Amino acid sequence: MAGKVRDEILHDHNHDGIDRRGFLKCMAWAGTGAFCVIQGGVLKSYSLSRLPAPGSKETMGELSFVQISDSHMGFNKPANADVAGTLKAAVDKINGLSAAPEFMLHTGDISHLSKPEEFDAVEQILKSAKPKDVFYVPGEHDVLNDDGKQFLERFGKSSKGGGWYSFEKKGVHFVGLVNVMNLKAGGLGTLGQEQLEWLEDDVKHLKTSTPIVVFAHIPLWSVYPEWGWGTEDSAQALAYLKKFGSVTVLNGHIHQTMQKVEGNVTFHTAASTAFPQPAPGKADSPGPMKVPAEQLKSVLGITDVNYVQGQHALGVVDSTLA
Amino acid sequence: MGRSVSIGGLAVLALGMGVFGPGQKSFEVRAQQKTETMEVKIDNFTFGPGTLTVPVGTTVTWTNKDDIPHTVVSADDSKTFKSKVLDTDEKFSFTFSKAGTYPYFCSIHPKMTGKVVVQ
Repeated sequence: MAGKVRDEILHDHNHDGIDRRGFLKCMAWAGTGAFCVIQGGVLKSYSLSRLPAPGSKETMGELSFVQISDSHMGFNKPANADVAGTLKAAVDKINGLSAAPEFMLHTGDISHLSKPEEFDAVEQILKSAKPKDVFYVPGEHDVLNDDGKQFLERFGKSSKGGGWYSFEKKGVHFVGLVNVMNLKAGGLGTLGQEQLEWLEDDVKHLKTSTPIVVFAHIPLWSVYPEWGWGTEDSAQALAYLKKFGSVTVLNGHIHQTMQKVEGNVTFHTAASTAFPQPAPGKADSPGPMKVPAEQLKSVLGITDVNYVQGQHALGVVDSTLA
Repeated sequence: MGRSVSIGGLAVLALGMGVFGPGQKSFEVRAQQKTETMEVKIDNFTFGPGTLTVPVGTTVTWTNKDDIPHTVVSADDSKTFKSKVLDTDEKFSFTFSKAGTYPYFCSIHPKMTGKVVVQ
């Protein structure tokens, strides 16, 4: 495979290592068991089961972190009767990375039913990960019954309003957004006016050369609106980020890896650590996908993000739990 | 095969007749209740039937048959009815005492919508 992907960059207009054809190839491979390499540039997404060799150039950078998503602690149906076990496998995978990531992002659906014991179990399992800091944003499963009160008490102490916040790490500006609250009948994910205004203000004074990483649960791009896989007012949020040279958007929710590049924005969804969901439109509904037990770990995963100063975007590496 | 089936059928009939005396009354009551209770099944991320038309006073019961939790929340601002989260096989009931059209949705998966028309 490595030999095949080498020829993907044919028209690198942005000099960022990605051309349209290469990108489309990435899309075709995503989630099907192969991987995609962008050579000489930036985005490195090994969609399944293959990490770069320990100590290789791909693993080096000023900053690396891991994204995990959709742990759904408490889920116990046939698609995965042991979500604690697969989360532990994710932690093992993280602890096995050659360069220890500095922190973790959890892009929501930590719990399945917002139960205290489900949140407890995830926190307990993540304690055994080498990176000690975990930055959370809620998924819709984390804010059931109480409008997110419990989530905010646990994970949102330093956040604003409904749980959004930003922080800096080694010159990279991270923004955690919440798009699972106050959802309207027939609609998609929603950020809301208050959060949009905060975002505009939050990034207003940053230099345009500052790399931006935005993370939220529901995709901030229209993956498949028919299944609610998108965010109503994401265009407004992205408009505030237009001036920046490098924007990476990390989401969960759809339980499969997918990427899209639009100008200077790279969108990326992470796999679930719990159970896979069907590709957009490939089933009657987005319910859990049952795969043979021996294949389960190959469709679950973690995302390892590596920032190399001076490059335009972040290297994003997905790896499965297999 | 045919013979054993008919024998089985007879046996059930005989058994049914045996308990009919005291059981008959409760059977009638159940039939009466049926006109006032309607079911909506949540299956495959869909409310079925999507539009339910019922007389005033009907209790509607929603049952979640999915592997994924759902909610039943009325779409009006005052949230006339709002279930807790329903895990697999859990139910929620609401009695409609006023005529009108009641659109509702799943607040976790807002693309899932339904309607109860009360006449």
